[in-house]
Amino acid sequence: MQAVAENVFKALADPTRRAIFERLARDGEQTVHALTDHSGISQPAVSKHLGVLKHAKLVRHRREGRETHYSAQPQALAPLIDWMSFYGAFWRDRFDRLENLLKRMDR
Amino acid sequence: MTNTAPTRTLVIEREMPHPPEKIWRALTQGPLIEEWLTKNDFQPVVGHRFNFRSTPVPNWDGVIDCEVLVLDPNSRLSYSWGTMGMESVVTWTLTPTKDGTHVRMEHSGFRSEQDAAYKGASYGWTKFIGNLERVVAGLD
Repeated sequence: MQAVAENVFKALADPTRRAIFERLARDGEQTVHALTDHSGISQPAVSKHLGVLKHAKLVRHRREGRETHYSAQPQALAPLIDWMSFYGAFWRDRFDRLENLLKRMDR
Repeated sequence: MTNTAPTRTLVIEREMPHPPEKIWRALTQGPLIEEWLTKNDFQPVVGHRFNFRSTPVPNWDGVIDCEVLVLDPNSRLSYSWGTMGMESVVTWTLTPTKDGTHVRMEHSGFRSEQDAAYKGASYGWTKFIGNLERVVAGLD
């Protein structure tokens, strides 16, 4: 899960990729052309970002004629949504630090 | 991820060989809070709005928005905990024991709409999830 989550983190760490992904999640399937029109960057740049998103399994594509259509795959976010485990680890670590602090305090 | 309750709760409990008064100080005095949690401008006043401030990372200022909800000295402390679109509540309960204190931390309000959203029912989660890596990096 860690490696999978890391790919997703990396893919979504970039604001342009996040915007592309959010657009696909919100508006549904889009062609590369349509995504390029809205992104303000070149088509090769959009394609490169889509490649990173695809590697993280956040999008998938299908060809139709000369157009490639991309769609969001939100289920790829599943490893990141386990907040219970995230905060579980977080708070256990903080409990340890709290106990260390208490040992150092006088009374 | 199969829980369908409207909210979920994380509970951590520990016995600590210290009196409640001492633990209360660690939970409610800003400089002490900083030593084990994060920088903060906490004030022990109900209704006081404050921030926990983690180390900023690119694209995330590391800020958690909070408000003191309950302040029952040496016994019970509760504050809201809002970050990256997720609202939750943290509640500390201190119970004296023979050898010290039973410390209970409850972090509740992990909304199940995140589950529903990831199944495609709505959209708001994408921003939330997009920010997650900042949270992970910043809280470290």
